[in-house]
Amino acid sequence: MELQQFKYDNKIVKYFVIATVTFGLIGMLVGILMATQLFLPEANLGLQFTTFGRIRPLHTNAVIFAFVGNAMFAGVYYSMQRLLKTRMFSDRLSWIHFWGWQLIILAAVITLPLGLSTSKEYAELEWPIDIAITVIWVVFGINMIGTILKRRERHMYVAIWFYIATFVTVAVLHLVNSFEIPVTMFKSYSWYAGVQDALVQWWYGHNAVAFFLTTPFLGIMYYFLPKAANRPVYSYKLSIIHFWSLIFIYIWAGPHHLLYTSLPNWAQSLGTVFSIMLIAPSWGGMLNGLLTLRGAWDRVREDPVLKFMVVAVTAYGMATLEGPLLSIKNVNAIAHFTDWIIAHVHVGGLGWNGFLIFGMLYWMIPRMWGTKLYSTKLANTHFWIGTLGIIVYALPLYTAGVVQSLMWKSFNAEGFLEYPNFLETVTQIVPMYMMRAVGGVLYLTGAIMMAYNLVKTAKQGSFIAEEAAEAPALEKKKIVGGHWHAVLERKPVIFTALTLVAIVIGGVVEMVPTFLIKSNIPTIESVKPYTPLELHGRDLYIKEGCNNCHTQMVRPFRSETERYGEYSKAGEFVYDHPFLWGSKRTGPDLHRVGGKYNNVWHFNHMLDPTSTSPGSIMPPYAWLFTQSIDLDETAGKIKALRTVGVPYAEGYEATANDDLMKQAREITADLAASDIEISEQAEIVALIAYLQRLGTDIKVKSNDQNP
Amino acid sequence: MFKHYFEKIHNVEVWPIISLTIFFVFFVGLMVYVWRMKKDYVEEMSDIPLADDATTISPDFKNENH
Repeated sequence: MELQQFKYDNKIVKYFVIATVTFGLIGMLVGILMATQLFLPEANLGLQFTTFGRIRPLHTNAVIFAFVGNAMFAGVYYSMQRLLKTRMFSDRLSWIHFWGWQLIILAAVITLPLGLSTSKEYAELEWPIDIAITVIWVVFGINMIGTILKRRERHMYVAIWFYIATFVTVAVLHLVNSFEIPVTMFKSYSWYAGVQDALVQWWYGHNAVAFFLTTPFLGIMYYFLPKAANRPVYSYKLSIIHFWSLIFIYIWAGPHHLLYTSLPNWAQSLGTVFSIMLIAPSWGGMLNGLLTLRGAWDRVREDPVLKFMVVAVTAYGMATLEGPLLSIKNVNAIAHFTDWIIAHVHVGGLGWNGFLIFGMLYWMIPRMWGTKLYSTKLANTHFWIGTLGIIVYALPLYTAGVVQSLMWKSFNAEGFLEYPNFLETVTQIVPMYMMRAVGGVLYLTGAIMMAYNLVKTAKQGSFIAEEAAEAPALEKKKIVGGHWHAVLERKPVIFTALTLVAIVIGGVVEMVPTFLIKSNIPTIESVKPYTPLELHGRDLYIKEGCNNCHTQMVRPFRSETERYGEYSKAGEFVYDHPFLWGSKRTGPDLHRVGGKYNNVWHFNHMLDPTSTSPGSIMPPYAWLFTQSIDLDETAGKIKALRTVGVPYAEGYEATANDDLMKQAREITADLAASDIEISEQAEIVALIAYLQRLGTDIKVKSNDQNP
Repeated sequence: MFKHYFEKIHNVEVWPIISLTIFFVFFVGLMVYVWRMKKDYVEEMSDIPLADDATTISPDFKNENH
C-alpha cells in the first residue's frame, strides 16, 4: 500500500471559528437588548429597528444560523478531514460556502430590523435570501459528499453519519417550509394557509432544532469528546442505535408545538407519542457521551475542555427529558405560551450548543496554532461564570412560566377569573425578567473572556494553515460480503438516500392527511378573505413582529374562553397566509380582539400603551402614525393571494384600493369624532382595521359554525 | 400545489401501517446487526477519531494531552 501525503485545510476552519465567535457575541448582545426591553421598554432606543418584535427574529437567527451554524461548519470541516483522512473535496467550494453563508447572515442583519420578515419562526428571512440559503447549503452538501467519496478511510465513523443526516434533512425542511409566493422583492406569502401552514412550520421548526442544533453537534460530540478525553467512545454499538432511532423518530414530533390548537387531534397525539419515544435515543446519546469519560473523571476537574463538554452533554440530557415531558398534553397546558419554554430552549441553546462549542474551540485553537491555551485559569473562570449565567437565566424563567400560567388559570370562589386583567400576570413576573437579563450578561461576559483567551492563544502560537498528513490510499478492490451495515458505511450515496427515506416518511405521513382529508379542517361559511385594508394591516402585524409576543390561538380551556372568548376553530384560518398563531404570550391573545375595544382605544394604545394599560411593557409604536401604507402594493398582494387559493374575484385588484380607501375613511371618521386627526393611509389605520377584524367572522352568523 | 398532488394519492390510509412495518423491520434488523457485530470491528471503528493523530506528520505539531 502506497502512503499518500496530503494537507488538512485549517484555514477554512479558522475563518469559520472567527465567524462563530464574532456572531456569537453579537447574537448574545441582541438577546440582552431584547431581555432588557421586557422590563424597560424604552431600551428599544425609541427606534422601530431595535424594537423587540423586530429584533427577536434577529436574535434567534443570529444565534442559530450565525453562531451555532458557523460553529457547526468549523467542527465539520475540522473533524471530517481527519476522520476521512483527506482534504476537503474542493477548496473553492469551501470558500464559496464560507462567504456565501456570511453574506446570508449580513442580509439577515439588514432585512430583519427593517421588518422584512415572513413571520415563520426561524424561517423569517424573505424569499431571495431563502434561495441563497438553498444554493449555499447545496454547495456545502456537494463539498461534504465529495470529501466522503475521496476518503482514505474505508469506514465512515458515526460522526459522519450525523453530518450527512444534517445536510439531507435541513435541505428538505428548508425547501418544504419556504414554499412562498413572492409579492415584491422582499415580501412573500406562505404557500400554505392556517392549520396546514402551522403544521408545516412546526414540522420545520422542531426539526431545525433536531437537525441544525442537535445532529451536527452529536457528530461533533462523537469526535471531539473522545479526542479531549483521549479514549474511544463508550459504546460504538449504542451510537449506531442512537443514530437511526434519533433520525427516524425526531421528524414526527413537530406537532407537539401545536397541542390544544386547532390542529386535528390525531396529529397532536402523533406528536406526543413520538416526542416521548425520543427520550430513548436522546438519553442513549447523552449516556454514551458521559460514559466515554469513565475512568477520566479526575481530568474533568482540571481540563476546561472536558468541563464544558460534561455540562453540555448534561444540559442535552436535561433538555431532551424536559422536551418529551412538555409534549404531554397536561404539562403542555401549563407550560405552553409561557416563559417555561424560553427557559427550556435556553438550557439547550446556552448549555448544549454554547458549551459544546466553547469546549470545541478551547480544544481546537491551541492545536491549530501549535501551542497551548493562553490561560487555563481564564477558561475555568469562563466555565463557572457561564454555568452561573445559565442557572441565573433559566431558574427565574421557569418560575415566571409557572407563576404566570397558574395566574392565567386561577378562578375565584364565584367562578370568575382571579386575574381578569392580563397585565396583572405580567407585572408579577417583571422581577424575573430582570434576573434573566442578569443571567444573559453573565453568560456573555464569559464568552468575551473566551474571545480574549483565544486571541491571546493564537497570538502566542503560529497558525498551521496547511497541516501535513499521510495515509495509505483506499484500495479500490471490491469487498464482497460483511454485514449490510458495514457495507452501508462504505457506500455513502446509498447511506444518504436511506437517511432521506427515513426522514421523509415521518413528514409525509403527518402532512399528507392534513392536506388531503377535507374533514380535518371543517370550513366555516361566514369566514371571508381579508379586505385590502385589513390585508395591509396584517402585513404590518407581520412586519412589526407582533406574533413574537401575541398569540392568535384561543385554546379550548375554560380559563381561556372566559378571558378571550370562543376558542379558535381550524376553519377560521383558511385564508391566513401565513398563519399567525404565535408561540409565546408575553401579551394577551389577540384572536378575539376584534370588536373588543373601540378604534380610539387602539389608537391611543399603540401610541402609548401605558395610557390605556398602566404598567404595560409593550413599547409605543410612534412610527405607525407617521408612516403610510403603499397603495401600489395592493394589487400585487391580491393577485398573489388569489394564486395560492384565496377567493378574491377575478379583476378585484383593479378596484381593491377603492374599497381600501372607503374602509380607511370609516375608521378616520370614527377617530375624528373623538377629535383625532390622522391620514387615511397612515399605517395605524390599516393595523386598526386588521385588529378589529380578528376573530369576528364566526360571530357574523353563529349558526354557521362547524364545531 | 402540494395539495393537488396529495389529493390524487389513493389508499393514503395504509401509509401509517406501511411506515410502522418499515420501522419495526428496520429496528429489529438493526438490533440483530448490532448484537452480532464483531468485537475487533467495533474497536477499530471507535478508534478512528483517536487514530488520526498518527496521520499528522508536521514535526512542530504534537497532540499532547492537557
